[in-house]
Amino acid sequence: MTYKNPPTTPRKSATFDDYTLSEIRRAAATGIYDIRGGGAKRKLPHFDDLLFLGASISRYPLEGYRERCDTSVVLGTRHAKKPIELKIPITVAGMSFGSLSGPAKEALGRGATIAGTSTTTGDGGMTEEERGHSKTLVYQYLPSRYGMNPRDLRRADAIEIVVGQGAKPGGGGMLLGQKISDRVANMRNLPKGIDQRSACRHPDWTGPDDLEIKILEIREITDWEKPIYVKIGGARPYYDTALAVKAGADVVVLDGMQGGTAATQEVFIEHVGQPTLACIRPAVQALQDLGMHRKVQLILSGGIRNGADVAKALALGADAVSIGTAALVALGDNDPRWEADYNELGTTVGAYDDWHEGKDPAGITTQDPDLMKRVDPIAAGRRLANYLKVMTLETQTIARACGKNDVHNLEPEDLVALTVEAAAMAQVPLAGTNWIPGKGGF
Amino acid sequence: MPTVDLAKSSLRELNHALHQIKAGSNETAWEVINPKGSHAVAAGVDQPVQVDVRGSVGYYCGGMNDGGAITVHGSAGPGVGENMMSGTIVVKGDASQYAGATGRGGLLVIEGNASSRCGISMKGIDIVVHGNIGHMSAFMAQSGNLVVLGDAGDALGDSIYEAKLFVRGKVNSLGADCVKKKMHPKHLERLRKLLDAAGVTGVKPEEFTRYGSARTLYNFNIDNADAY
Repeated sequence: MTYKNPPTTPRKSATFDDYTLSEIRRAAATGIYDIRGGGAKRKLPHFDDLLFLGASISRYPLEGYRERCDTSVVLGTRHAKKPIELKIPITVAGMSFGSLSGPAKEALGRGATIAGTSTTTGDGGMTEEERGHSKTLVYQYLPSRYGMNPRDLRRADAIEIVVGQGAKPGGGGMLLGQKISDRVANMRNLPKGIDQRSACRHPDWTGPDDLEIKILEIREITDWEKPIYVKIGGARPYYDTALAVKAGADVVVLDGMQGGTAATQEVFIEHVGQPTLACIRPAVQALQDLGMHRKVQLILSGGIRNGADVAKALALGADAVSIGTAALVALGDNDPRWEADYNELGTTVGAYDDWHEGKDPAGITTQDPDLMKRVDPIAAGRRLANYLKVMTLETQTIARACGKNDVHNLEPEDLVALTVEAAAMAQVPLAGTNWIPGKGGF
Repeated sequence: MPTVDLAKSSLRELNHALHQIKAGSNETAWEVINPKGSHAVAAGVDQPVQVDVRGSVGYYCGGMNDGGAITVHGSAGPGVGENMMSGTIVVKGDASQYAGATGRGGLLVIEGNASSRCGISMKGIDIVVHGNIGHMSAFMAQSGNLVVLGDAGDALGDSIYEAKLFVRGKVNSLGADCVKKKMHPKHLERLRKLLDAAGVTGVKPEEFTRYGSARTLYNFNIDNADAY
């Protein structure tokens, strides 16, 4: 019997993995970069890398369902005559009409209103569906100024000046022609069917000194009634937060790279910006250094999924969080009941992200009249309300376990980190030690 | 005629008073003195009132004007008439950057020169500049008309959509997807009306050249990548 050399197991490259190879082939075949919706999909340090300690001999817990644990939050207390009062510290992030269908926007308004929180317009103007069904509506003031007008500015409950978003700090948007229906085209003053580019930079101001004057103008137009938020992407959270405060913001909205978008280049989503976990402490530090923590409220977004994420964000110093992707999932995005339709589009449940193409089987990110009928705004709104209430209960559960009678009393001292990276970013000790990287301990 | 002295009253008082005017009010002519470069003067006017500002203003004068007739008897800082909905704004002097930015309607007249990015992202406003305009004017201009009696700087109409640009003097350079277009009788008629409305005399529509979108960038094509 002759000895046969043992075969080598075929080995795939970690650098050139299957996904990378498929991307090279796709780019070579189509000549265009990949555009998709959603936020960063790669694994990132996140709130899952943190744990709460809970009560012990030195701290006693509060009784669930019996002892009060407040969740309400007031936003815009710095300058606005009419600050916003929310029952829960979870808001719904800006998502445009155009990107989303009318019924989906209505469902967001209905759900948020039942739960006692706000929704936010998005790049494309204010629709009657959303204004009519959102008790508290935040009107975004974006570089494109699509649909911007003083009447809507005055009937908003707050105004959010969008400087950036976590999925693409420094990037604008692109609504592809197939989603530009007559109604969308009309709201944006552009011809039907053409690609609509949303500018990356505001047309009439640059830099923090101009922003201060822009905020002044908006306050003057709205007679100083409305809270003015400034939304920033997770780029330079310390300085951007400080500059937003300097420019006069009532509220800073900080969006990490897990935050979604309707459509951006994959390379942008995955390679520009910082994870949400890495953004929060520098932003809180900036507020503390300026003596403005809790005076200018901080809303954190980007990958918030459950009450544990909410509790961790609040413990690290946020006043509220915002959800986008999770809200869409509650409405029915990527629902398994449409699996056959997802397969037909070459994808599967949980992976569908071609929101820009307007073919969404769930009927949410589309302007197709037949597809959008798949969203029943009343039922979908109810699901969102349920989900928001569950998140709130979860947040309270953790807060009570840590002995807090208000979810905003959670603090960094209630947390430890499971990884060195998370310990360094969140500035809490690595579990089992009192070591905070960069801060000493052992 | 109510007169507001900005050396004595606050900007907030001025704008609040202007916003309080109701339809049918008799107080339809206002005068603002001592603006001294104040920002957001007469921002958010939403009734057909005349506001005469005696002096120069800072940023965003007449911002989001909806029906007011505002005259600046001086020069204007950046963003005069930004996002105007309707009405008229006349600047007797020069205007800084972003004049008429994102404007949706109404008429903005600059009797002097305008700076860079005049009419940026305009969405239906008509702008008439008696003098010259600076670089990157009418960038991403969506609709409306920009009329320039003098010269235009570099990259006029870059990434323009359906706005119409009429320049009487020379254009330093055109931006991506902006091209010279034929002047049809309907354009001459439109121009004549705009010149009349802006109080321009002794200038014929035939002296202008029309520019607009070549529409080659309306839908993405990788072979146009060097234009993006």
